[in-house]
Amino acid sequence: MNVTQLSVFIENKPGHLQNVLKILAEKNINIVTLTIAETSDFGVLRMIVNNPDEGIRALRESHVACSATDVLAIEIDDTPGSLFKAIDTFARRELNIEYMYAFTEKREGKAVMIFRFENPETAKKALKEEGYSIVSKIDIIGA
Amino acid sequence: MNAEVEKMFNKEYEAMPLDKMRELQFERLKWTLSHAYNNNPFYKKKFDEAGFSPDKFKSLADMKHVPFLVKQDMRDNYPFGLFAVPLNRVVRVHSSSGTTGNATVVGYTKNDVNVFAEVVARCLAAYGATENDVIQVAYGYGLFTGGLGLHYGAEKLGAMTVPISGGNTERQLMLIKDFGTTMLACTPSYMLNIADYIEKKRPDYKISATRLKAGILGAEPWSENMRKEIEARLGIEAFDIYGLSEVIGPGVSTECSEKSGLHVFEDHFYVEIIDPDTGEILPEGEKGEIVYTSLTKEAFPTIRYRSKDITRLYHDNCKCGRTLVKMEKVTGRSDDMMIIRGVNVFPSQIESVLMEVEGTEPHYQIILDRKGALDDIEVKVEVNEKLFSDEVKVLNDLARRISDRFRSALGISAKISLVEPMTIPRSEGKAVRVVDKRKI
Repeated sequence: MNVTQLSVFIENKPGHLQNVLKILAEKNINIVTLTIAETSDFGVLRMIVNNPDEGIRALRESHVACSATDVLAIEIDDTPGSLFKAIDTFARRELNIEYMYAFTEKREGKAVMIFRFENPETAKKALKEEGYSIVSKIDIIGA
Repeated sequence: MNAEVEKMFNKEYEAMPLDKMRELQFERLKWTLSHAYNNNPFYKKKFDEAGFSPDKFKSLADMKHVPFLVKQDMRDNYPFGLFAVPLNRVVRVHSSSGTTGNATVVGYTKNDVNVFAEVVARCLAAYGATENDVIQVAYGYGLFTGGLGLHYGAEKLGAMTVPISGGNTERQLMLIKDFGTTMLACTPSYMLNIADYIEKKRPDYKISATRLKAGILGAEPWSENMRKEIEARLGIEAFDIYGLSEVIGPGVSTECSEKSGLHVFEDHFYVEIIDPDTGEILPEGEKGEIVYTSLTKEAFPTIRYRSKDITRLYHDNCKCGRTLVKMEKVTGRSDDMMIIRGVNVFPSQIESVLMEVEGTEPHYQIILDRKGALDDIEVKVEVNEKLFSDEVKVLNDLARRISDRFRSALGISAKISLVEPMTIPRSEGKAVRVVDKRKI
């Protein structure tokens, strides 16, 4: 099962990120992890929340430009060189990463990282074959 | 004979007594109206529908019965539908900016090209230019009438003509110095840009050490304050040249040494001022929309063309000796056309560019400002659900594609800013399309 990421367009100006966070807070939606890709004019806020469907509904109601994106949450050993090995595997399997970021919490000696691949389904299949553990939505939100 | 009168390129017409000029205009109008009616189906249909025919034209007062020509007529007849001669007699075309369907095309016979050169030569002579001058033409050469218009006028006068075209300030400065340029023809905003450039990048370069003495400035509205600034910062005289491609190009009217008001070359162009709302002709001296009729043009007779430019006409016994009517510097427009770095742009053109790029109509806003000396155009585009992507490169690519399309379709470089939905102010449900912060 893929993880759903919320992607949100925000202008690179004071108060704009706050506005988005307020909408989610009012709906009691918890952000599990997030990252921002920025340019001089705008940024794309990407986040994993405990209730993505509700989150996207709330944002759309408030006229925020956003989308739901399928990403893969992959367990990687929390030891030196493990990320290197993982990336090496992706390269060998010719899986192109669009962007990636890490979870804030570690689980039983494992780090969870979020990857957005050019082609998520191909990536999922290849990584399973390589023995990587792909974390499902349910695991992450701890439901 | 005073010194000013000697400067006229064609004194017979430029200093013609008023009654003789009106007689000449009447004869030439009769020819123009018949020429258009007999040789162009669009004009024939338009005249017929208005119940007008050239044989009903008995005096200048009958002009009020002649129907107006508007920009849309030119677009509807794209490309050659308003020409009144066979295409093999057309030796040149010029075209306005605009995507297909929005563009307007004008054509010239050999004779029209000569008239065009003649009126520009008269303008140059009015600034004191002679065959001893070196005129550097920094208007764009191409479909735009500015570059070639000034070029052939300068050659007609017998001046040494330097066809450098626009841009490349470093090279402009080099040629001014090396070729001994005495007059530079460009937009007033580019002239100020040159002053900025010298101050910032070439403090060693002294205009006073060159032969440059005058700027021939047009293609965009500019104020007396800009004239003062140009003259003070560059130590040259700044003259206004006015024109529009629909009528002929630059050279419809010009300032003289008095630098107050522009003389209209009435032997080639008949001018009227109308109330833009009712279309009624207003008496001399009143402010309104100026309407042009060409008197000698063969390929594309322009008959009662509504320019949308707001000005007034007057006679003031000008000290230069010209008897030609004067028009005030154009101070405003009666519609929403924008002039950006000398290029005419309508909000509708911006809209069609955006629609072409994405196939959807996003909300947008145009912000015009003057950064330093040049017009700055920013187009804010609201990112809606369809345009949005979680990948920054896709969004950057979108902005770049819109910007490229602006350059190719309209010939202007615009900064494209992607903004959040619902952030462009809407009044009565409609977005405020243009914010003009320029002070001219």
